[in-house]
Amino acid sequence: MEPRFEPRTISSYKEFSWKRVFLKWEWLLVGILLIIFFINSMLSPYFLNYFNITDATRSFLDKAFIVFPMVMIMLMREIDISVGSTVALSSVIMATVYSMGLPMELAIIVCLLVGALCGYINGYLIVKFKELSAVIVTLSTMILYRGIAYMMLEDQSIGGFPSWFTYFGWGSIATLPFILIVFILLSFIFTLLLHKTVFGRNIYAIGSNPNAARFSGVNVDKIKRIVYTLAGLMAAVTAIFLTSRMGSTRPNIANMYELDVIAMVALGGISTAGGKGNMYGAIIAVFVIGYLQYGLGLINIPAQILLIIIGLLLIMSVSITNLKSSRKLTIFKKKNKEQVL
Amino acid sequence: MGETKGKQKLITGIAKFRELGLLGFIGVLVVFFQILNPKFLSLDNLNNLITNTAILVILSIGMMLVLITRGIDLSVGSTLALSGMISALFVSQHPNAHPLAALFLGILIGVICGVVLGFFVSRVGILPIIASLGLMNILRGTTFWVSGGEWVSAHQMPASFKGIATGEIFGVNTLVVIAIIIFLVFYYFVGFTVTGRQIYAVGSNPDSADISGINQKNILLLVYSIMGGLSGLAGVLWVSKFASAQGDTASGYELTVIAACILGGVSIAGGSGKIVGVLLGAVLLGIIDNALPLIKVSPFWQMAIEGIIILTGVLFNTFTKRAVERNNLMRRAI
Repeated sequence: MEPRFEPRTISSYKEFSWKRVFLKWEWLLVGILLIIFFINSMLSPYFLNYFNITDATRSFLDKAFIVFPMVMIMLMREIDISVGSTVALSSVIMATVYSMGLPMELAIIVCLLVGALCGYINGYLIVKFKELSAVIVTLSTMILYRGIAYMMLEDQSIGGFPSWFTYFGWGSIATLPFILIVFILLSFIFTLLLHKTVFGRNIYAIGSNPNAARFSGVNVDKIKRIVYTLAGLMAAVTAIFLTSRMGSTRPNIANMYELDVIAMVALGGISTAGGKGNMYGAIIAVFVIGYLQYGLGLINIPAQILLIIIGLLLIMSVSITNLKSSRKLTIFKKKNKEQVL
Repeated sequence: MGETKGKQKLITGIAKFRELGLLGFIGVLVVFFQILNPKFLSLDNLNNLITNTAILVILSIGMMLVLITRGIDLSVGSTLALSGMISALFVSQHPNAHPLAALFLGILIGVICGVVLGFFVSRVGILPIIASLGLMNILRGTTFWVSGGEWVSAHQMPASFKGIATGEIFGVNTLVVIAIIIFLVFYYFVGFTVTGRQIYAVGSNPDSADISGINQKNILLLVYSIMGGLSGLAGVLWVSKFASAQGDTASGYELTVIAACILGGVSIAGGSGKIVGVLLGAVLLGIIDNALPLIKVSPFWQMAIEGIIILTGVLFNTFTKRAVERNNLMRRAI
């Protein structure tokens, strides 16, 4: 007697199919990106040339560095809303120590250290006080870090950096902007880190089931601390590029960067329920939002409308991923609505 | 042994009368500020302080409900700005309209914003922080959009509209009266109605609430709508008080509101929080806001001081909670 159902083994489940390859969120994003390119080139005849497309990356890539660690954080069902303040604080401290006479090279190292320390404090508090959610910890440090930046500079700004420092923001190597090269380099490193190392697989394990991960011997606390420290470090990298591009710094820079970064990550298909999504989607999403902003700037759409569009994009992309995953859950007849907060 | 018992008593005492501790802290601060600047406790300044805190109290009560359900609402400041802006535009075009009409318009807009957020949180199942972060941007953008980037300033508003916040009922500022009424209404609602208790039930354990037949989705929707309505009300009061509506009104104010709740002992993990505590938390922040300029602390230091106070409050909360739990375990062991 034949069995009525084919037993589903793991190998049959993983069978290769073109449909599965092309019905991925990332391809949808690539499609959206192409549409944006198409519309942009319709709107402005100057858009579609090599120089313009690479040069535009200067305007939006600075905050994109934070996207890498934010992907990891959101994969672990956590969040970090203090990154904008970390950018401001590390930039202000870098400028302050430079104006006090420290050479710029050392000031940059100080900036990176401050960023990493800010991130480590977040991670430490989140791990140490498990009753507190990441939301509340990073909310308090968000106020605190920016508050310290205001304490140091009040309403002043500091500028007058050496000319080679400006190179970070404005220079290019073989017609590729320096920031784009660094971004590509870092995206390779972080993609490898997330997708090809034990560390990365552990992040997925924590995201899909923190308790199971802990019982399987994953050092959840250590990984969380490392990832938050990375977030602070990347915020400092953002601070360097942003300060270099603007030529001066103030305590109110990078305001609301966390929103843009979270929007990019959510659009990249990282599920807020944890454990789903990948780095590629987020990297494509960076360019989707970036070129969207750039294109809207080309046709003089005010920044406020941009706020509306980014907000809509964020809510829509999260809704779509949510509906997708909730449909999957009903297939498995599992009702598992966990809230991170 | 006697020492540990005494310690136990102290800890349970702190946990039980948390509000009393907060009150004590406020008392110490008041004495401190009074010594540094004798003008602090003058009638004029106290009046100022209370009217300034009224709006914060109104918003904190709404935020408490949201936090109790394990949610968070970051769109409060934007909702406030949008409803304030629209009602200001309304009265500037219809100067003869009754001020109550503007008030209701503001509340209506707030409720609509709240319902939208509640829909996304309860029906679509988006995390509250992400949904409200998105909505915050949308509403802030809409505020700029409806006003065309312009301000609505004092001379465009009829005196009757400005009178909402500056007028007096029985010799007490209207803002304060409204805040007191809302406090009493919600004191009753949260403590003595079925729906109010259900909010706590949903927050402390969503699954058991579901099993007990509580419609969790509707409770969430209700909570965010209340928050929206209160933000809308606060928007009209804000604009009427400061006699100007701007695109960036109350930008970042949601953080102060959340801070007031946390200082008041509302747990962000949901399920616990007392309305009296929230009132005290809001008053504490109000006092700090009011007194720091009086003792000549630079306004730029204010944010960092606020941050430190919030962080300390949050950590203090955790420590007492841990101690209480340990105590309970010890008692069970004996």
